[in-house]
Amino acid sequence: MAQTSSNSSAPEAASIIKVRNFDFAYGDSQALFDINMNIREKEVTALIGPSGCGKSTFLRCFNRMNDLIDIARIKGGSIKIKNIDIYNKDVDVIELRKHVGMVFQKSNPFPKSIYDNIAYGLRIQGIKKKDVLDQVVEECLRGAALWDEVKDRLNESALSMSGGQQQRLCIARALAVKPEILLMDEPCSALDPIATAKVEELIHKLKKDYTIVIVTHNMQQAARVSDRTAFFYLGKLIEYDVTDTIFMKPKHEKTEAYVSGRFG
Amino acid sequence: MNRFFHKELEEIRSKIILIGEKANAAGRLAVEAFIESDLEKAQAAIEVDDEIDALEVEIDRASVRYITLRSPVSSDVRLIFVAIKASHDLERAGDEAHSIAKRTRNILMRDGKVTRPVAIEEMSLLAFDMMRDAITSFLDENLELAQGIIERDKKVDKLNKQNFKELYKEMNGSKGEASTQVETILISKSIERIADHAKNLAEEVIYLLTGE
Repeated sequence: MAQTSSNSSAPEAASIIKVRNFDFAYGDSQALFDINMNIREKEVTALIGPSGCGKSTFLRCFNRMNDLIDIARIKGGSIKIKNIDIYNKDVDVIELRKHVGMVFQKSNPFPKSIYDNIAYGLRIQGIKKKDVLDQVVEECLRGAALWDEVKDRLNESALSMSGGQQQRLCIARALAVKPEILLMDEPCSALDPIATAKVEELIHKLKKDYTIVIVTHNMQQAARVSDRTAFFYLGKLIEYDVTDTIFMKPKHEKTEAYVSGRFG
Repeated sequence: MNRFFHKELEEIRSKIILIGEKANAAGRLAVEAFIESDLEKAQAAIEVDDEIDALEVEIDRASVRYITLRSPVSSDVRLIFVAIKASHDLERAGDEAHSIAKRTRNILMRDGKVTRPVAIEEMSLLAFDMMRDAITSFLDENLELAQGIIERDKKVDKLNKQNFKELYKEMNGSKGEASTQVETILISKSIERIADHAKNLAEEVIYLLTGE
């Protein structure tokens, strides 16, 4: 894999997300400072850094989840997804979120059947045909490596599933609307090691078809699953490079201190 | 559960087998050059060394990368540890093959042919069989085979001492070309070192399989 040393890291041409001079604040408190970053298509990009460094805030900027917070505001710069500025006033946020799916720290299945959890997004888009829904449900459950485990109990409540299965169901649900980008905010933090391994395997499999951006506190997880890693500290992007470089020979001493556990 | 990165371990394992086979093939070729007084074989054995050196670097890099990125534990971390040690042993065995080939070339260029082969062929057969079996024990995870290799080193040591004594005696009696006798003593020593590296590899396989 080619290695680059600039903070934008991924080559411009192959990037699906382009962040330029991005400043973000909660009220008077600036959370992100002058972020420049290219995120490459069909790769896994990990965002790491200590609590409060801005990595989750940054992730939530990609599908405008921060719009839900009154005091959140963009102070400057831009985020472009496929060359469209997602903060342009003409952008439909609902449409944006169809293209940029999200999986959260705690699995949040709807209190409905396994089948209905997947079919929900399609039904609200007006798709009612059972054979179409059946096909998408199977595709998504297979895509999330869950089909074999649940194919005989699709009508059971999603809440009857294990925590790890629920998280993979949420990933399957996110796939149902055919997004191009999947955002994952600490998707394994509430899972045991085996469920974590299954989700990591799933992430590895999904990158063939999706661009994945993952926030994780688990540095071993970032090292295992990502192609590129960005290290954030105090709202600034300190270093962004291929994951091998970040963990084996980072250029910045703060990155070195963080990945080797000598931070703070 | 098999993880997507476990194939990287298999790649490291394959490279260990490859460097082992190359080192052993280079050693056999170098000794054939000596026994058969074949300058071309000596030259061919010399040329393999760069490939062996490059493989050692690849194995070390892949091992360090695996430790850093994959957080191995238990038998996986033992495999990485063994990979680093084994690649070093096998690279050194390759160096000894290189040395045998160069000394053979010196003898052939000076004397035209090898006239005093002592017990080089016999000890080389023992040493290269030890190395082949050590590599097989690693490939097949065969503890019994690995354990059996340790004892076989003694016979090689004995033949090396015998070669040394014979050649040293001839040197003192001013029989033959002293330079050739010194080169032959060193060739014998190189074969003895190859057997030591085979023994080390066998010990590393025992550690890999038993953790002890």
